[in-house]
Formats: sequence, C-alpha cells, structure tokens
Amino acid sequence: MTATALARAAEKTRRNRNRPPWEEPPTAAGQAGKGAVLAFIVLVVLIPLYMVVLTSLSTQGSINQAGGMVLVPHGITVEAYHQIFTNNLVISSLIASLGITAVGTLLSVVVTVLCAYGLSRYRSWGHRPILMLLVVTMFFNGGLIPTFMVVAGLGGYDNFWALILPSAVSVFNILVMRGFFANTSRDLIDAAYVDGAGEWRILTRIVLPTSRAVVAVISLFYAVGYWNTFFNALLYLPDNQKWPLQLVIYTYTLQGNPMPGMGVTQTGTYLGAQQIAPLSIQMAVVTLTLIPILIIYPFVQRHFAKGMLLGAVKG
Amino acid sequence: MTALHEAPPTASARPSRAEARTLKKADRRRRFLRDRALVVMTLPAIALVLVFNYAPMFGTATAFQTYSIYAGFWHSPWSGLDTFRRLFGDPLFWSAFENTLTLSLVQLVLFFPVPILLAILLNSVLSTKVRTFVQSVVYLPHFFSWVLAITIFQQMLGGAGALNQFLRSHDLGTWDIMTNPDTFKLLVTAQVVWKEAGWGIIVFLAALAAIDQQLFEAAAVDGAGRWRRLWHITLPGIRGIVVLMLVLQLGNVLTVGFEQMLIQRLAVGRDASEVLDTYAYYYGVVNANFSIGAAASLFKGLLSLILILTANKVAHLFGEDGLYRR
Repeated sequence: MTATALARAAEKTRRNRNRPPWEEPPTAAGQAGKGAVLAFIVLVVLIPLYMVVLTSLSTQGSINQAGGMVLVPHGITVEAYHQIFTNNLVISSLIASLGITAVGTLLSVVVTVLCAYGLSRYRSWGHRPILMLLVVTMFFNGGLIPTFMVVAGLGGYDNFWALILPSAVSVFNILVMRGFFANTSRDLIDAAYVDGAGEWRILTRIVLPTSRAVVAVISLFYAVGYWNTFFNALLYLPDNQKWPLQLVIYTYTLQGNPMPGMGVTQTGTYLGAQQIAPLSIQMAVVTLTLIPILIIYPFVQRHFAKGMLLGAVKG
Repeated sequence: MTALHEAPPTASARPSRAEARTLKKADRRRRFLRDRALVVMTLPAIALVLVFNYAPMFGTATAFQTYSIYAGFWHSPWSGLDTFRRLFGDPLFWSAFENTLTLSLVQLVLFFPVPILLAILLNSVLSTKVRTFVQSVVYLPHFFSWVLAITIFQQMLGGAGALNQFLRSHDLGTWDIMTNPDTFKLLVTAQVVWKEAGWGIIVFLAALAAIDQQLFEAAAVDGAGRWRRLWHITLPGIRGIVVLMLVLQLGNVLTVGFEQMLIQRLAVGRDASEVLDTYAYYYGVVNANFSIGAAASLFKGLLSLILILTANKVAHLFGEDGLYRR
C-alpha cells in the first residue's frame, strides 16, 4: 500500500475514533456479515427469555391462540403471579431457595476470603502444604457415592445444610481471590503492620476495600450456584415442602407432574383433583428464578473481564 | 532485618550443618509465630475440604467392599476386586462409557471452537457500545441452571414448543428434537453452546487484548491484510490460552453434563443419555448398590487424572505451558 493510499485510508476512518489509523476501512459486506451474526446470537439468547416472560403474563386465551408460547402479546394479565403467590408449594420453595442462597453465599464468601487471605502472603508459614491440600481436590475427588455416604452419615439427609456445606468452598475461587489479594500493595501492608495493625485489621481495612470487584464477582458465582442448586436437592431432600425452586420447576414443568394446589381454575372453581399447572403458571415460576439473576447481574457484570481466570491460572 | 540475617556468632565463614539446622528451625518457629493468624484463617476452608472432599476420597474404599447399608462402611465385608470385575462385566457400563466418550468428542469438535471464533469476531468490532451489549447478553445464559436452560429448550423446540407450533400451523408437520435419541448428542451440544459458549469467550477476549498492538501496526505497514494479520498475529497470540483450555477440556473428557443428562433422561431414554456419572448415580443411589457406584466413580476419577496429566505433558512437548510450568 502506498503512502498516499494509507493517508487516504486514515482520512476516511477518522469517523471511528476506535479504529487505529493503519487499519483498512471495513468493507460493506464484512460489516453486514458481522452485524448479521451478532444480531443472530443476541436474538437466540433474548427471544426465548422474552417469550418465557411474556407467556407468564398472558391470558389463557392468548396462550390458546398462540398454541403455546406467546410471541406477540394479546391479553396481558398478572393472574399467574397471583396464583403462584397463593400457592403454598411455590412460596415454600421460594423461601427455601432464598434461604439457601443467603446463608450459603455468606458462609462461602467468608470462608473463601479468609482462606484466600491466609494464603496470599509471600512465603508465609505453611502456605505451601495448605495450598497443596486444597489443589489436590481440583484434580481428584471421591465421586458421587462416597460423598453421598459421608453427607448422609453426618445426618445431611432431609437437611438443608446438605445443600450448602459440601459445596461451600470452591478451591478455584480461593485461588482466584488469592491471586488478587497477593497483588495488594506490599508497602501498604507493611506500613499497617508497623503501625501495629494485626492480620484481621489489615484484611478488613486494606485488602478487602481494594479488592471489592473480585469479592463481588466471587459472591455472584457462589450465589448463582446456590440459587441454581438442583441435583443436591434431588439427592438429599425427599419432602417437597423443603424443595428449592429448581426442583419444583423440574418436577412440575419439565416432567409435567400434576402440581399441588392447581385444582383451582382462574375463575375460582374447584376442580377436585390436582392438575398440571397451566403454561402461564409454569412460566411464571420460571420467571421467578430468572428475576434475581437479572437484577444482580448488571451490577457485577462489568467486573467479569478483570482477569477472572488469569489470576488463578498463574497461582 | 531479622536475627537470621545478622552476622553468625562464630568466626567461620559458613555455619556447621547442625547450626544451620537450628537456624532453620528457629526461622520456622519465628515464621509460625508471625503467621499463625494467617494459618488460623485457612482453618474453616481446610475443615470443610477435609470433611467433604478428603473423607469421600477414603470412602472410595467402599469400591473394594460389598457394601451393605445395614453394616455400614466400617463393618461391610471386603471383597477385593470383585466389584470391579462385576462393573467391567456389565455391558451397560461400557455403553455409558462409550456415550461419554462420543459426547465429549462431539463437543470437542462442535463446541470448543465456538468461543474462540466468537471472541475473534467480537474483538474485531470497534464500537465499544456494541461490544459491551453483546458481551452482557451472551454471558447471561451461563448463570441459568440446567433446569432453566432445558425448560427453555423444551418450550422452544419441544413437541408443544414454539417451533413445532409454528410448523403445525403452517402444515409443515412436526420436528421431533427433544425426544429423539438419535440426534440427542447434537441436541446436548447445542444446549452447551447456547448456555456456555458466550461465557467461554471471556478468557479468549482477555488473551486477545493482551496481544501487542504494535505487531498489528507493523504488519499492516508491511502490507499484511486483515486475514494475514489474523493468521500470523492473532492466532499465534492466543495459542497459549487455547492449548491451556484444550488441556482442561481433555482432563474433563469423562465429565459430560451430569445434570443435563439426568434432567433429559425421561425424554430420550436411558440408552441415549447414560453417561458415567449417571451410571454411578443410578447404580449407587437409586438402586442402593453403593459399591458399584463408587467403583464407577473411582474408575472415572483415576482415568481423568491420568488424562489431564498426559494432556499437560503433551502441551509441554509442544512447548506450551499447559496447566503448570515445567
């Protein structure tokens, strides 16, 4: 490419400040192709979510007209939400899910922060064997049955703690956090040390405030893990009064079992036997599990890119 | 400076071996006193890991027993390799093993490249607004549970789902996707792509951002076009991280979507959806044959360990870092 051509290209691209001057301007076909692919990807994710939420807000007539999931809104109603919030099973599962998530996340984050900080000091006593002890579990584990035997042996069957304690620490998260903590300015810590601050004080006053982003992201990971807990609930909780939301969706939407408390029609007539929940109610429960994720996600999302994995890999 | 680094009390240049040992011991004592608060902080995590990770590791010993629920772990009779003989003699185990391997292979081919391509595509988008928007949309499904993801798939592609409603209303017949065992492996892969491909780009985007921009500029000035720069700078620039992800993937070859299989077992039947993990679950927990379940898990765990170490070795042979450095 000649110098004049380059200069002309640079002149042309002044419109987009992000493009470096040496990069050739995009071709129309290239731009269109890129746009089409990206639009397709975005729609493949968003349209199903939109349809789920819309169906949960649709009248039975509108659902019948669409023959199932609703794409174009006709009749909008919050009847389904009225129904699920008067349904004992849905309410108890919502409380169970919220409780497991709150208690579990708190426990996991505290344990992870403490452990990550305890291992983050350069050449501290015992950090190497402790690290080994933890890392081994990333490569080998006893597997499902022995874990089940241990948890059941400790009385975890039919107990909420069986959904929390066995998955409370993620060694991977400890490593990620340790990587961030180890980057805290050494001078700051030494200065605090000289001033007589103990390790607890250094952790809460210096290290944590400078690592808010990573703590937020790790908390989100743990919270989502607990919110999504499904298999452990299936394994340890026999009684549907204790089930979390995911297990309720699995049983009454995916497997299509008749749902307790669904014998009442929208007009209030009692039909007697338990029935399969109408689609709008199924989708309302699904939406219920989506909402917390959609609320918290935007606040934490901007921190994701900050070398999430890279810290751990180097550790 | 600490006492350790002060001049040695003797006139000799080097302390004797015994002295060195006492010095080292004193140093260790000093470091322990200094760091004991740090050690205490790791104790809760250590306790949890010991109980819920290490105790089950020793619990795998039950694979060498004929476990009886009434006798419990401590009193069940030992039976040597008998359980493994029964396990390896079970055709269902081998079909689960085969399913696991083919599924992994299909996902390696059809899933693994997707996040890389997506990351390169997204990296070439100049508008920060578009990039941030697309990123926040494609990361989202990663945070859904498998129950949720499969519910969404069922409502979209299932027999009563949106796609088939559309086909029916236009007299195009129906397309059986969710319950067809023959195409189940492709369906599972599509679900993994929908849920995880977006999240997968995060590492590759980080790697792409770390490439020295001057390389691109120099190449452009030398007359290398877009595709040439992609081939000679971008791809070599992310090779390390691609190899690392591949090593991790190979170590996980025997772990394929346990919850995903479990949830869809009713829809497609056992033959198509049985993988090693579900085999262990159904034999162990559902049929209460703990020894067989533990043996299947142990077999899987050991094989996975061998796989990841081998994959790492191969990465080293090719001059890459892999999981850890040499």
